[in-house]
Amino acid sequence: MEPLVEASQYAKDDFRAPVPVLGPGHDYGTITDKLTTMVLTKHTPAVWFVVVAISFTFLIGLTVALTYLLARGIGIWGNNIPVGWAFDIINFVWWIGIGHAGTLISAILLLFKQDWRTSINRFAEAMTLFAVLCAALFPLVHTGRPWLAIYWLFPYPNTMGLWPNFKSPLIWDVFAVSTYGSVSALFWFTGLIPDLATFRDKAEHPVLKRIYGVLALGWRGSARHWARYENAYLLLAGLSTPLVLSVHTVVSFDFAVSVLPGWHATIFPPYFVAGAIYAGFAMVLTLAIPLRAIYGLQDFITMRHLENMAKVTLVTGLVVVYGYACEAFFGWYSGNEYERFMLKNRVYYGPYAWSYWMLLLCNFIVPQLLWSKRLRRNIAVLFTVSMFVNVGMWLERFVIIVTSLHRDFLPSSWDMYYPTRWDFLTLAGTIGLFVTLMFLFVRVLPMISIFEMRTLLPDATPKSDQGAH
Amino acid sequence: MSHATPTSPTLYGLLAEFDSADTLLRAARRVHEAGFTKTDAFSPMPIHGLAEALGFREHKIPKLVLAGGIVGALAGYGLEYWTQVIDYPMNIGGRPYFAWVSFIPPAFETTILVAAFTAAISMIVLNGLPQPYHPVFNHDGFRRASRDGFFLAIEAADPRFDVERTRAFLQELDAREVVAVDE
Repeated sequence: MEPLVEASQYAKDDFRAPVPVLGPGHDYGTITDKLTTMVLTKHTPAVWFVVVAISFTFLIGLTVALTYLLARGIGIWGNNIPVGWAFDIINFVWWIGIGHAGTLISAILLLFKQDWRTSINRFAEAMTLFAVLCAALFPLVHTGRPWLAIYWLFPYPNTMGLWPNFKSPLIWDVFAVSTYGSVSALFWFTGLIPDLATFRDKAEHPVLKRIYGVLALGWRGSARHWARYENAYLLLAGLSTPLVLSVHTVVSFDFAVSVLPGWHATIFPPYFVAGAIYAGFAMVLTLAIPLRAIYGLQDFITMRHLENMAKVTLVTGLVVVYGYACEAFFGWYSGNEYERFMLKNRVYYGPYAWSYWMLLLCNFIVPQLLWSKRLRRNIAVLFTVSMFVNVGMWLERFVIIVTSLHRDFLPSSWDMYYPTRWDFLTLAGTIGLFVTLMFLFVRVLPMISIFEMRTLLPDATPKSDQGAH
Repeated sequence: MSHATPTSPTLYGLLAEFDSADTLLRAARRVHEAGFTKTDAFSPMPIHGLAEALGFREHKIPKLVLAGGIVGALAGYGLEYWTQVIDYPMNIGGRPYFAWVSFIPPAFETTILVAAFTAAISMIVLNGLPQPYHPVFNHDGFRRASRDGFFLAIEAADPRFDVERTRAFLQELDAREVVAVDE
C-alpha cells in the first residue's frame, strides 16, 4: 500500500508545490532497472498466469461465438425488428469509449504539460489499442458476412463499380475508427522506440536482443534524434487531440443524425465524448490498481495518479449526468408526443425502466463517493467505483439503443429484445480478448514509459539551460 | 568471389562520457563554440537545448506535417466528390449529389491520418532510421546511453579533429572518460 506520509505531504500544498509523481530515492538507473526487469526477468508473477488462464478461456469462447456466427448468420443473436441494433452496437460504442482515455492521457494531458500522465500513458495507450480492436470487431461481424461487406465500408474499386455512401454516418464511423486505430498504434509505437532501445541494451538473451534491436530501429539516443522525436511526438499529440474528440462525436452521429426519439438530439456529440472519457478513465483505474499491486509499482503509479484519475472520473461523470438531464429536458420541452412517450417509457413505465435506474445507480449515485478525499484514497473503494462505472457505461448504451428502438412510432411494430447466450458469449469473449492482450503486453513490453519517467528526475532539466536558444 | 582481407579498423571518433545532463549540455556548448561540427550527443532521455547547443537547426517536421494534412484533406474530399458526384451519383433520400456537409467528417479523418503518418515517418526517415549499425555501438559502455549514460562524440571526419588535442579538450570539459571508437 501507499505510504501515508507521502499522501499527507501533498495534501497541504495541493496546487502549489511540485508534488511527487515519483517515489523518493530514484535515479535514472533504478527507474530503468525496475521497469526493464519486470519484463526481462524469467519470473512471472503467479497472478499473471491465473488472469491469463481465465481471460484466455473467454477468448476461446469468442472464437466459438464468432465461428458459429459466421456459420449461421446473425440470426443467432436476439436482434429483431424493430430492435435491429443491440449488443453488437452497444459493445462497439462501449469499447470505443473505453479506448478514449488512453489518447486523452497521452495526448491532451501531454499538451497541458501534466507530468503525472507519464506513468500511466503507456499502458493507457495499449488499452486504447486493444479496446479499439475489440470495438472494430463488432461492426465487422454484425454484417454476418464480413468478407462481402468490405466494399460497403472501404472505398476501393470493386467489380460492381459501387462506392460507399459518404452521406451515411456509418461510413463516417468506418473512417473515424480506422483512423483512430491506425493513429493510436502509430503513437504507441513511436513512444516505444526509445524504450525498445533500452531493452535491446539490457537484454541478455541473444534472441531477445535481436528482436528488441530490430524493433528499436537502431535508436541510440542522439541529441538530433531526440529533437526531431520530441517535435514529431508533440505534433502527434496535437493531431490525436481533435481526433479523439471527433471519433466519439462521429459515433454519436450514428444515432443523432437519425430521426428516432431518444437518438435525435443535439446534445449527443459532447455527451458521448464525455461518456467515453468517463468510461476510459474508469477502465484505466480498473487496470492500474491491480497492475500496480501485482508488479509493486507504488513508486511510479502513486496515490496522486489514482486521485487525479478519480477526479477526472468524477468530473466527466457529472458531465454525463448533465447529458441525461438534457435528454430528459429535451424530451419534455419538445412537446413532441413521441419524445415524451420515449421518456416515460424509458424512465418509468417501460419494460426496460430497470436498466435506466441501474444506470443512474452506477453512473450517477455511486461515483459521488469520489467527492470525499478519504474515499478517493481508499483503493478498494476506488476500484469498486470504477467497476460500477464500467458497468454503468455499458448500461448507458443499452438504454440509448434498446429503449429507443423497442417502441418506435407505431405500436403495431413494437417488440421486446432478449439477448441470447451468443450475445453474452461475444461480449464476454471480447473482454477475454482485451484482458489477454493487456497481460501479454505487460509481459513483453514496458507498461510504463521508461524514458519519460527519466525526465521526471530533477537532474533531467539542466540548470545551465539559459542561453541555449 | 574473393574476400577482401580485413583492413585495420579506421577511427570513427572520440566518445566522451559525462556524469549528468548538466555537464553534457555545458560540454556540448563548449564543443560547438570550439568550432566542431561533426559532433553528436547521446542521452537516455530528451534534454532540452542539447541539439541546439550542438548547432542543430532544423524545422522540417512541422512543415511536412502541414503538407501531409493538406494532402490528406484534398485526397479525402476529392475521393468523396469523385465517387459521389462523378463516378457513380446516386439519389439517397433526395439529398444532393454534392452533399458537402456530409463529406466533412471523412475528410477530417483522412487529414489527421495522413498528417499523423507524416509526423512519425518523417521523424524516422530524417533521423536516418532504421539504422542497424552505428560505430558508437562498438564501445561496450555505450549500452548505458539507454539507461543512465551521457555521451558526446566528436567524429574523426571533423576538420578540426586531432586525436590527442581533441582528447585533451574533452577531458578538460569534465568528461568522466574519453574513449576512441572504431568505424
